[in-house]
Amino acid sequence: MDSELEINAELACHILRLFIRDEVLKVGAVGVVVAVSGGIDSALAFWLAVEALGPQSVVGVALPYRQSSKDSLLDARALARTLKAELLEIDITPQIDAYFEAHPSEDQNRRGNKMARERMSVVYDISQERSMLVLGTSNKSELLLGYGTLHGDMAHALNPLGDLYKTQVYQLARHLRLPEALVSKRPSADLFEGQLDEDDLGFTYAQADRILFHLVDLRDPLDELARLGFAPTVVGAVLARVRRNQFKRRPPLIAKLSARTVEIDFRYPRDWGH
Amino acid sequence: MGDPRPLRLSLVQVEPRLGDLRANLEKAAEVVAEEDRAGQDLVIFPELNLCGYFLKDLVPETAVRLDGPELAELAKAAGNSTVVVGCVLESRDHLFFNAAVVLRAHGVAHVHRKLYLPTYGMFDEQRYVGAGSAVESVELDFGQAGSWRLGALICEDLWHPSAPYLLSRQGVDLLVCPSASPGRGVAEPNGELGTAALWGALVRTYSALFTTFVAYCNRVGFEDGHYFWGGSRVHGPTGEALGDPLGDAPGVGRRELDRRWLRRARISYPLLRDERTELLRQGLREPSGGL
Repeated sequence: MDSELEINAELACHILRLFIRDEVLKVGAVGVVVAVSGGIDSALAFWLAVEALGPQSVVGVALPYRQSSKDSLLDARALARTLKAELLEIDITPQIDAYFEAHPSEDQNRRGNKMARERMSVVYDISQERSMLVLGTSNKSELLLGYGTLHGDMAHALNPLGDLYKTQVYQLARHLRLPEALVSKRPSADLFEGQLDEDDLGFTYAQADRILFHLVDLRDPLDELARLGFAPTVVGAVLARVRRNQFKRRPPLIAKLSARTVEIDFRYPRDWGH
Repeated sequence: MGDPRPLRLSLVQVEPRLGDLRANLEKAAEVVAEEDRAGQDLVIFPELNLCGYFLKDLVPETAVRLDGPELAELAKAAGNSTVVVGCVLESRDHLFFNAAVVLRAHGVAHVHRKLYLPTYGMFDEQRYVGAGSAVESVELDFGQAGSWRLGALICEDLWHPSAPYLLSRQGVDLLVCPSASPGRGVAEPNGELGTAALWGALVRTYSALFTTFVAYCNRVGFEDGHYFWGGSRVHGPTGEALGDPLGDAPGVGRRELDRRWLRRARISYPLLRDERTELLRQGLREPSGGL
């Protein structure tokens, strides 16, 4: 991997395990529930959670649609077996098909987003049933690029991966020796057959992560990125996505009327009282 | 009369409950009573241990008064020990400060109000609290452990060398630094957390530069995703570490500080004697801020 993006994997994993344990214990939750897609991000989150809390305190949920990749489900099962953790399998086909029968759409994005939100809805129900927090799996690349479904996979209580670029997720996965099938798979949102993240985005994560690292972490100006040899078209595309999707990273806007307004000047930490 | 015995110091790494003054106060009183029973002379808590760090609008709701019941309760638990406690202080005219209060059984012995309020990156302190305006130290009699001049600086204060410098000119034997340092930087070549490496260098350097003891007490736990890395430690007057730093779990580290080391260090390295404050007076300029 690019040395600029390389981190100390053991130290990062140590902090992330403590983070999961600390947040779960102090709010009095029993553990975490995580949607497991068969991809690298949810696999790493699942893995870290089991290391942090023990397998009995972590529930994975596979939520396939009839067109989802069968390999993904097999990978999710294999992962849960390796971790000795429970994996619930909940087919979301009936509710998705019922909805689109009444409101037909061939728009792959709409259909994909609906599925992501259906999964969120199921995972939150299990969260309530089991008194477990929903563990998020959105990495920093996805959050910055806005490559996620608002109120879908972007909805969760705590996220151990949100400050790791996709390439760093791979670094940690390799460090923890996650199954090779997961590490070598090309990233896919699996919203429809054959979908690949990097086709959707129009650039690779390796490209995007380096650009984002210079723009976001080092705060380099654009002429510095040009000097470093990044293609201006790719930099422009990355930056456009970051800007366009800012709304996904913020709570909804509230029209201010009073002297003290939620999210504007009613400011309390999320961990208030914990 | 022989040399005084070493000063027994306790570094208390706690994970405060954010905004829960009562729970944190009870925890602090419990630890203080235990350290006192163990014969510890000085018990140091991290920054804002009575309320938590990322308080935002909780500041007025978790503040205490110097003459209020909370500090009195803790003073009562102190017994023969001296306590450095971190809290938001509300003044008589209802201004709020991030403070380190030195408590003894009879009451408040010294107060330091944080001078430098970080307001950048993840920090937003100036929005919520006022800045202190004085660097003062206090002479404390520890009985058989002798008399020690103590100065307190809170976290960011130590990143401005004028603050420890002033305390050095006042002749402090021991500089205590309660801290709530959120960790960041996981790409250090040696595998150490970036923040921890910087703090380690800072504490070691100041103790050697000012030929004094420096006790750094950082909190642990998480608040809103921020990792407090602990690593509390004491360095002696030639920069040497007194034992290993603590890890990132809650716990107490006990150290013994021998006054004779101050004498030895200041004979070998008479930096305190040789410091030329007139150069400071002559050379002091304000940065222009211009082009």
